[in-house]
Amino acid sequence: MFVGRETATAPLCGKSRHRKRAFFWLVSLLLASLVWFVSVRLSDRGDAALQRGLLGFGAAVSVLLQELFRFAYFKLLKKADEGLATISEDGRSPISLRQMAYVSGLSFGIISGVFSVINILADSIGPGTVGIHGDSPYYFITSAFLTMALVLLHTFWGVIFFDACEKRRYGCLGLVVASHLLTSGLTFLNPRYAASLGPIFIITLCTGLWAFVTAGGSFRSLLKCLSCKQEDDSRVMTYSALRVPCED
Amino acid sequence: MITFMNNSDSEEEPCNERTSLMSAESPPVPSYQDGLQASQAGEVQAHRKRRTGSSRSPNNIADGETSDSSVPVREGALENEEEELTLKYGAKHVIMLFVPVTLCMIVVVATIKSVRFYTEKNGQLIYTPFTEDTPSVGQRLLNSVLNTIIMISVIVVMTVFLVLLYKYRCYKFIHGWLILSSLMLLFLFTYIYLGEVLKTYNVAMDYPTLILVIWNFGAVGMICIHWKGPLQLQQAYLIMISALMALVFIKYLPEWSAWVILGAISIYDLMAVLCPKGPLRMLVETAQERNEPIFPALIYSSAMIWTVGMAKPDTAARRSSQQAWDAAEDGRETDRSPSHTDSQMSERSPVPTRPITSFEELEEEERGVKLGLGDFIFYSVLVGKAAATASGDWNTTLACFVAILIGLCLTLLLLAVFKKALPALPISITFGLIFYFSTDNLVRPFMDTLASHQLYI
Repeated sequence: MFVGRETATAPLCGKSRHRKRAFFWLVSLLLASLVWFVSVRLSDRGDAALQRGLLGFGAAVSVLLQELFRFAYFKLLKKADEGLATISEDGRSPISLRQMAYVSGLSFGIISGVFSVINILADSIGPGTVGIHGDSPYYFITSAFLTMALVLLHTFWGVIFFDACEKRRYGCLGLVVASHLLTSGLTFLNPRYAASLGPIFIITLCTGLWAFVTAGGSFRSLLKCLSCKQEDDSRVMTYSALRVPCED
Repeated sequence: MITFMNNSDSEEEPCNERTSLMSAESPPVPSYQDGLQASQAGEVQAHRKRRTGSSRSPNNIADGETSDSSVPVREGALENEEEELTLKYGAKHVIMLFVPVTLCMIVVVATIKSVRFYTEKNGQLIYTPFTEDTPSVGQRLLNSVLNTIIMISVIVVMTVFLVLLYKYRCYKFIHGWLILSSLMLLFLFTYIYLGEVLKTYNVAMDYPTLILVIWNFGAVGMICIHWKGPLQLQQAYLIMISALMALVFIKYLPEWSAWVILGAISIYDLMAVLCPKGPLRMLVETAQERNEPIFPALIYSSAMIWTVGMAKPDTAARRSSQQAWDAAEDGRETDRSPSHTDSQMSERSPVPTRPITSFEELEEEERGVKLGLGDFIFYSVLVGKAAATASGDWNTTLACFVAILIGLCLTLLLLAVFKKALPALPISITFGLIFYFSTDNLVRPFMDTLASHQLYI
């Protein structure tokens, strides 16, 4: 019965799909934190290098789990899509896989960004001085830029990931996971912002272009969109199509 | 906390907007039909049979077919159509409930984070007499469990009392009780709330202005909730009184007791709604027998009106009297009414009709989802407690918020499946509790350590 009922999730509009995906991301974060927590408990607290290593390990596990949950969500959506197509009138689902990929990526990005930045935002209201203990004074602004990059990256990765899964291009999938790991790893260089922010933005741009091409965009479609030209609609609806035949 | 299908008014209406726009036949999908038949409650079954029975004759006359084989197909097609409609419009219901629940939580969290008053410990309710300032952990746990037992038994007693009153038709008593409690909420608690907010922001206000503001707020609230009023104003008032009630709970319930009470009340809700002799279930069944709306008070209704706009010129005929259900929230310190336990969630069924798609009979139909105010209150208590006690961390609050909404979504899904009264608390509160404890203890240290090194995952 569960499978049959999942079709109810597919026609849900954006907000509730966002919630479901956010939930999935939260669960992945929960599992990753569990792994890290256990590893910290089992390790020696005093050793700073080991702690940093464990942190890196925890971050890597978290990245892998996030991608795993993205894949699980893809599977779920596919099933829901098929069910929805079955019960709809013309055999097609009302939401295309591309739209679902976009929404999926966006909601992963939003929840990930919000979780990363909201405590920083809350602290930025209160009285204080940034970097008074010798840390970088650009903490807030770089956090803001990093979060923006991360949200955009998640959106792009969502689009590319779903497309790669759909077309079974496992190379692309591996590239997405690798770029996520790379981005997360680059943030480990963090007080040296030239080394981390710059490459992350370059990665964001490239991934954005890749996602744009994957989603079917091209230079021409961009021009068309920007010039706001109206397309001739090839589907012509006649008045008779609106009237439903009366049964007498 | 109860979800059910209200089929009582829908027998007479033969056509609705959706079937007049959709094609007559839908491809029969066996799995849905089987599932649907398996999940129907008895009463719903009876209604459906009656409807398909009444619609059968015009169909047969129309088609000129009298064979038996056509009839099951017709019935199957009808049910399938209805199924599809339920699914499609079920999505709207989810959104219609997300917005008020979110608003209530936002009000509560905003107040908790800014107004100190609601996080200060100034005594406890008489329903939770045992203190938690004990030296040992075991004693504290015992005290919180005892507090929970007392609170839940008070709630049970009140619920049973209310059900008995309803059963023996003491409507005046119930109305008086509800009016008294909403009076208290709208005047006294609002006065306290306003006072604390003004204190926090150091805004001076003189008594005449205060009296004017409170009087207007309270009087309009009483009218909107108990008599007639614009739907959105009524919804706004319901959200506000739920938030006020939740704030009172957050202030006066001691820490561990609050969590144990949340867990216990979701278990109670589950039993009261699903067990055959549960008070809430008896309430629902009595109301359905008498063909009355269940407790117009205490329920948040997000009714949507669809009018068929094709042949009739007047399309926007709103049934405001239907919507102006009294929905006073009740249950404060002195009067632990079973408002939070009477909370129900209900869904009115779509009007399944004969699939004749002409314009002749165009009628209004109302479809909405109802959620009990007690559910609002307990969701907000959970999120508010998370905001108040999670060491100043916003991640926990957010995680609880997402968990509760996902639980609500799942409950609505189950409602679409089972089409009978369902408790709205258990799934959400369980998810909320799991996420609160795990986020506070596991995720927070991880995220804090990451943020201190400015690492992103």
